[in-house]
Amino acid sequence: MRELDYVRASDVEEAVALVSGDPDARYLGGGTNLVDHLKLGIARPARLVDVGRLGLDGVEEQDGPDGRVLHVGANVRNSDLAAHPVVRSAFPVLSRALLSGASGQLRHQASTGGNLLQRTRCVYFQDVTTPCNKREPGSGCSAVGGYGRQDAVLGASEHCVATHPSDMAVAMAALDAVVVVRGRQGERRVPVRELHRLPGDRPDLDTTLEHGDLVTGVELPFTDAARCSTYLKVRDRASYAFALVSVAAALELDGDVVRDVRIAWGGVAHKPWRATAAEEALTGRAVDEDAVRAAVDAELAAARTTDQTAYKLPMLRGATTRTLLRLAGKDPS
Amino acid sequence: MSTRTSTTPVTPRSMGTRLDRVDGPEKVTGRATYAVESAAHDTGDPLHVWLVQSTVAKGEVERLDPAAALAHPGVVAVLDHTSAMRLADTDDGELAILQDPRVHFRGQVVALVLAETSEAAREGAALVEVSYREEPHEAELREDNATYRPETVNPAMDTDTEDGDVDAALAGAAVLVEQTYRTPHEHNNPMEPHATVARWAQDGTSGEVLDLVDSTQGVHGVAQTVGPVLGLEATQVRVRAPYVGGGFGSKGQPHAHVVAAALAAHAVRPRPVRLAVTRQQMFALTGYRTATISHVRLGADADGRLVGLEHRVQEQTSAVKEFAEQTASPSRMMYAAPARRTSHRLAVLDVAVPSWMRAPGEMPGMFAGEVAMDELALACGLDPVELRLRNEPDLDPETGKPFDVRRLPDCLRRGAERFGWADRPREPRSRRVGDWWVGTGVAAATYPAMKMPGNEARVTALGGGRYGVAIGCVDIGTGARTVLTQIAADALGVDPGAVDLEVADTRLPSASVAGGSSGTSSWGSTVVAAAQRFREEHGPDPAAGAEVTASAAKSPAETETANHSFGAVFCEARVNRWTGEVRVPRLLGVYSVGRVLNPVTARSQLVGGLVMGLSAALFEESWRDPRTGHVVTQDLASYHVAAHADVLDVDAEWLEESDEAFTPMGSRGIGEIGIVGTAAAVANATHHATGVRVRELPLTPDRFLS
Repeated sequence: MRELDYVRASDVEEAVALVSGDPDARYLGGGTNLVDHLKLGIARPARLVDVGRLGLDGVEEQDGPDGRVLHVGANVRNSDLAAHPVVRSAFPVLSRALLSGASGQLRHQASTGGNLLQRTRCVYFQDVTTPCNKREPGSGCSAVGGYGRQDAVLGASEHCVATHPSDMAVAMAALDAVVVVRGRQGERRVPVRELHRLPGDRPDLDTTLEHGDLVTGVELPFTDAARCSTYLKVRDRASYAFALVSVAAALELDGDVVRDVRIAWGGVAHKPWRATAAEEALTGRAVDEDAVRAAVDAELAAARTTDQTAYKLPMLRGATTRTLLRLAGKDPS
Repeated sequence: MSTRTSTTPVTPRSMGTRLDRVDGPEKVTGRATYAVESAAHDTGDPLHVWLVQSTVAKGEVERLDPAAALAHPGVVAVLDHTSAMRLADTDDGELAILQDPRVHFRGQVVALVLAETSEAAREGAALVEVSYREEPHEAELREDNATYRPETVNPAMDTDTEDGDVDAALAGAAVLVEQTYRTPHEHNNPMEPHATVARWAQDGTSGEVLDLVDSTQGVHGVAQTVGPVLGLEATQVRVRAPYVGGGFGSKGQPHAHVVAAALAAHAVRPRPVRLAVTRQQMFALTGYRTATISHVRLGADADGRLVGLEHRVQEQTSAVKEFAEQTASPSRMMYAAPARRTSHRLAVLDVAVPSWMRAPGEMPGMFAGEVAMDELALACGLDPVELRLRNEPDLDPETGKPFDVRRLPDCLRRGAERFGWADRPREPRSRRVGDWWVGTGVAAATYPAMKMPGNEARVTALGGGRYGVAIGCVDIGTGARTVLTQIAADALGVDPGAVDLEVADTRLPSASVAGGSSGTSSWGSTVVAAAQRFREEHGPDPAAGAEVTASAAKSPAETETANHSFGAVFCEARVNRWTGEVRVPRLLGVYSVGRVLNPVTARSQLVGGLVMGLSAALFEESWRDPRTGHVVTQDLASYHVAAHADVLDVDAEWLEESDEAFTPMGSRGIGEIGIVGTAAAVANATHHATGVRVRELPLTPDRFLS
C-alpha cells in the first residue's frame, strides 16, 4: 500500500508553506472529490495538508473594494451555505444550486473551496486504464469518439471535452463572485469567471491557480439582480446526478425591460459558462419566449455538438427560457 | 435416505401473516456476517486477493512482469497463467482463468495478487506490468452482425418457433404494427458486491478439500460447478452463504472470481484468502443483461383481435461462453394470435459474459411486446386495457395446455379501477399541469411458475416441541428464511417460534438456486414434503432425534397445465415540456401470483421489482465503448439506478388466490414479475403524455426534445 503523509495545518500561512514547498503535496478540504481520486489512482500525492481547521468557516457581510459583499469562508460546508438566511434571501440562485448538488451526505461534507476546485468529470478521466490528456498529458482523449453524453458543447478542444461538474460554481459565475486566494506572494482576488479555464492544449490544468495557492474564501457582491435569481438543473434522475445542463440566472427589470441579466450554464463546458452573448442580446428587451430563444441561440452560435451531445442545445433553450420567464414573473405554462 | 413424497395442501396458519423477518435483528444490528466478513470470524487470518484485469479486448498476454508488485511491502505472491494451478476442466470459458495467455474480453482476469492487506494487494495489482499482443476485436452489437443462431436459448428453450402462416396472416391483417424496440446492456448491481473466502485443506484426498464462503444465490450450485473445474467432486467442496446482500441473478452461478479465489487459496494452502470484487470490476466480471433489438410485427383484425404476431430478436453473447437471453419467450404464450413466429439471433462478440438478470427474457421481451400492444391499441382505436382483454387466449398458445391459473383480466380490471384508468383522455398529449405533460400507461406482466429439481429437506425432532428444519438454500435478502419458517411451521402444525431453520450450507440437504422465482416454490414444497412425511412416520409427539429427509414429488400442475403468474402495471408519467425530464409520480402493479405467504416480504419483492423496472425504464444503461470493449459507465455515478427522489407512489397489490395445484402452499413465485412490463408501462405513459413514441430504453430527457 502507498504511504501517504497527512498533516493538519494550524493556520493559513503554515498550510500555504507546506504545500507551496512540496510539489507532491495537496490540500485536503472535505475530501469528497480528492478521496475518490486517491482510490481510483487518479491523484497520487505524497502528502495531504488538511485545511479543514483553519477557521475559514464564517459567513459575514463586509465592505469590499467595489461595495458590499457577503464573504464566505472556504471551509463553509455546502449544506450550511445553502441554508444560510442571507444566502437564501439575497442569493437564492446559490442556495438552489447547492441544494441540487450531490446528496445530503456529500453536502454536509463538502466545503466551499473544495467545491470550486473539484476536477472536471469524464468517465475516461476516472479510469486509469484509458488514455486521458488530463491525467497523462499527451496520451490522447478517449472521450473524443467515445462515450460523450456528458461532454462539452462550448469551449472544448481536441484535447479534452470534459465538463465541470459543480452546481455551486455555476451560480457563483452568474453572481460575479470573487475568489480570495492566498499564495506565496500573499493574498489576491480572482473573479470566479477567471478561476476555471478552458482546456485548450493544457487540459491537465483545471484552474488558473498556482500550486500552493489556497482558496480562503469567496465574496458575493450584493446586487438587485442577485435577489431575483434562481437555478434550474436538468438531470436524468430527480436527485444525486450531475447536470446534463443547468442554468443559473439573475434578473433585474426596469418595467418590462431587462436592465441587468446574468446567465451562467453548467454541464456545457470545461468551466461554468457565462453566457455573455445571451445577456447582451436580452439587455434592453422585454423577456418573452422568442427573445430568450434568440438570445440563447446567439450564445450557442459557437456550440459544437456530436450525435451524443446534440440534445444539449434544445435542452439549454428550454431550460433557459423556463428560468427567465419565471424570474420575469411570467407564468411559463 | 431421501424419499420422494407427494404432498397435500397445507392449511395456512402462519402462512399469509406478517411475520417479521426472522433475521431482521441480526441485519439491523450489524451482526449478520456477509462473505468478506466471515474471514475474521471463522476462517482465520486470510490473505487478500486482488484481480489484475486485461486492458485489451482480444489477444494474448505477451509478458507479465510481477517484479514490482512482489517488491511491494505486504505482497506475498502473484499468480498468472504460468503459475496458477491447472484446472481439471476448462470447458467453461468464463471459469477457465489463468490457464493460457489468451485474452477473450477486456476486463478478463489475467493475474492475481495476494497480499497481507487489501491495500497492499490493490497496490500490487496496479504494479503488475502486463503487455499484450493485441488482435482485432468486435465488441459492438449491430443488426448486421447478430446473425448466429444458438442451439437453444436460456435455459433450454427453442431458439425459434413458428405456428401457422404468419406472413399470410400479417399480409391480410386490417391493422399492422411493425416496429423495432431496443433495450441497452444493464448490470445487476446488487448492494453487496460479489465476494469469496476460500481455504484448501493441507492435503485433502478425501472428505472436504475446499472450503468457500461465497456471496451466492445457491451454495450447492457453486460446489457442483466449481468442484469439477478444480478436479474435485462436488462433495469435496463446502460452500456457505450465511447472508447475501442481493443478487438479481448475478450470483446465480459462480463467476470467474470464485475460481480465482480457489486458485489463490490453493497456492497458499492451508491459509485462507479473501477476494472482494469491486463495484467497477463487477461491470466486467459478474454478468449483465445483454442489449436487445426486437423486431415486432403485430397484425390484427378491425376489432383488435390479433391474427398474427412476429417477434424476431437480435442480441449478443460472448465469444468465450454462450448465453442466449430468451427475449422472445413471452411472445409465445402471451396473447391469442393464431399465427406466431419468434426467433433469436446473436452477435458473438469479444466481450464479457452476459448472464441472468432479474427476469431474463421477460424483462426486455415484454418491453418490446407491450409497447407494441400500446401502438396497436392506438392504431385500432381501442383502449389499451380493452385490447389486451380481447386477446386473452383460452389455452396456452405455446403448449396448447390449459392454464393452471390465468387471471390477467382480473389484474387489468382491478388495476384500472384502483388507478382511476377510466378518467384518462383518449388522445395523447392532452393534459398539461404547469411545466409537465401528464399521461398514463398500462402494460401486462407475466412470469413462468417454476420448480427446480434437486431439492431435499430434513426435519428433526429436537424435543420439547421444537423442530429442526434444514435445507441448503440461500436467503439472498428476499425473506426466504422467514417464509420457509412459516411454511415449516404450518406443515408441522406448530408455531413458527418452534422451528429452528438452517440454510445456506452444502452440508445441509441440497437445494436449488434462488433464481427464476422458483425458490419458495421449490424449497417450500420440499419442506412440506419432509414435514408431512415426518408426521406420517413419527406422529404428533415424536421422540427427540426422530428425523426424516425427503424430497417432493411433482405436482400434477407441473405436467398437465401451463403455469404462469400474471400482472398489470399502471403508470402515470410526467414529461417536462422545457427539458424533457421524465418523472413517475404513480406506479401500481396488480398481480396474480398464487397465495402470498408473507405480505411484508412479498411486498418488498413486488415493489422492489417495480422500482427496478422503473429504474430500467428511466435510467439504466451500461455503455460499452466499441473501440475497447470496455463498459465505461462502471460506477454508480455514471450507471444510474433510481434514487429515493425518483420513487414516489409505488405500490403493489395482489389478488386473493391459492394455487394448490402447483404447490402445497398455494404459492407460485414472486421474485421477478415486478420488473416485467414495468418499463413498457412507463414508456406507454410517456407517449400518452407527450405524443412522442420512444422505442428504446432508457427514457432519458434527450429523447423527448426535438
